[in-house]
Amino acid sequence: MILGIIAVYLAMVLFVGFASHRLFRGTGEDYFVASRSIGPFLLLMSLFGTNMTAFAILGASGEAYHAGIGVFALMASISALVIPSVFFFIGTRIWALGKRHGFITQVQYFRQRWDSDAVGAVLFVVLIALLIPYLLIGVMAGGLTLTQITKGQVPEWTGGLLVCVVVMTYVCYGGLRGTAWVNAFQTMVFTILGGVAFWVIISQLGGMEAAIATVGASHPELLIRGENIKPLKLLTYTCIPLSVGMFPHMFMHWLTAQRAETFRVPLILYPLCIAAVWVPSVILGVVGHIDFPDLAGPAANSVLVRLIDLHAPEVLAGLLAAGVFAAVMSSLDSQVLSVGTMFTQDVVRHYGFHGKMSERQQVFCGRAFVAIILTVTYIIAQLSQRSIFQLGVWSFTGFASLFPIVVAALFWRRSTKYGALASIGTVVVLWTYFLTRGWQVRGYTVGGEGIMPVAVIILAAAASMIVVSLATSPPSPGVVDRFFPARK
Amino acid sequence: MTRKLIYALLPVLYLLHNDLWLWNDATLIAGLPVGLVYHIGFCFAASLTMYLLVTRAWPTHLEVLDADTPETEPS
Repeated sequence: MILGIIAVYLAMVLFVGFASHRLFRGTGEDYFVASRSIGPFLLLMSLFGTNMTAFAILGASGEAYHAGIGVFALMASISALVIPSVFFFIGTRIWALGKRHGFITQVQYFRQRWDSDAVGAVLFVVLIALLIPYLLIGVMAGGLTLTQITKGQVPEWTGGLLVCVVVMTYVCYGGLRGTAWVNAFQTMVFTILGGVAFWVIISQLGGMEAAIATVGASHPELLIRGENIKPLKLLTYTCIPLSVGMFPHMFMHWLTAQRAETFRVPLILYPLCIAAVWVPSVILGVVGHIDFPDLAGPAANSVLVRLIDLHAPEVLAGLLAAGVFAAVMSSLDSQVLSVGTMFTQDVVRHYGFHGKMSERQQVFCGRAFVAIILTVTYIIAQLSQRSIFQLGVWSFTGFASLFPIVVAALFWRRSTKYGALASIGTVVVLWTYFLTRGWQVRGYTVGGEGIMPVAVIILAAAASMIVVSLATSPPSPGVVDRFFPARK
Repeated sequence: MTRKLIYALLPVLYLLHNDLWLWNDATLIAGLPVGLVYHIGFCFAASLTMYLLVTRAWPTHLEVLDADTPETEPS
């Protein structure tokens, strides 16, 4: 039954991906950024679906199981403010530069902005290194969920393989447009299925008020922040969602917008979409104590799957599995495509062809890289330890720490390539330092005081950018004027 | 002027996100803990602020029309 529903779901995903191919124009720009023709609805669904990983659905309920309702303030409501603000101040400007200068990747932009191949090369390596754990987590989460939901009938390697094969098929075939269409479909699927699962479970528990009251009687500390979350942690965690400013897959989706105004509706609706997905996840994590009082450590991440299994097995379990697959694939597809695009544009086209590469060669190369990257990711995922899941927050930390670079590029004419290199170098050094100290420690904060490492790294990266830029000679006016045109 | 006022809402909201006064408040509103209800309200406030940003402070100078062809090939 469950497997049947999943099979039907995956077939629908492939159908949507194939349907998008009718609009394919055969050019590199069409394959990589859908000819910059995406409208407001698809843009919202792509941005939101790409950013919501399986972590939001399963991880959030697991976190809330341990830490209570404060998880919503920590991870969700701040994103409702920070992420659309980043889209407003940074996304629209990147879009305009991309359209005016024909950029397809971040590296192309930063390389030309500071007129430096070195900046491009260093950034390329750092971005790819930070994305790899993120890709691995997606593939592993797909496999793990299928195993849990089918109670071990399906081994882990099968779920991961299914995810990889389906994603490879529609990303290779449909390029960015296929990815955007499938994202829209999958985002609707996991939002609606999350709502249905929530409604069914809460009714089985006797309604919201009764369920919360029951938890409040046995675990009053889960209904307040109390000692679960330190105030400094709430304050410094706000740096984490800045990562959307430097994610290669977010950058890629921004470039697909048809017009600057395409961003308007997504900006307004984004905070509400966050609430729609996270509120049910967090509440279910908290009320999970009623049926499953003793889940220790990472076992809590399966609280949602257990609740479904107890209260609504069979059809709903199958639908939930489809929903988790949707969340996993709608992030994995964009990430894989953005890595494939970077290899094609920033390495093969830039160094191999000196910018001259035919449209057909670009599309072929983009497809080949998507296939290679997914294959390699799948193989590494089979060999990796489960503890790699802890790398997730470190991946976010790294991208968020690079945020001062995109701010300086867009808003500070005086910033120099040496400032950019110093800033990237600072991120690499401090990130590695904190990683070695903290990655085995659950909920690591600086000095145990609740300060997230990301806040320290961002400050240091911004300081290096400013100090080194001012200490080196100003950039040539010709380069700067290209990127800061006089307002009409 | 309007633009600056709306921009100023962003840091105000950012500060209001740190609701220290509700930290240990166990009151229930419509069956939900007040610390959760406040942050759901925060999402709506963020959405409203975005509405003001895009309607009253939209960066119109950023629009690039299809006629404005790319000036260079990326290299």
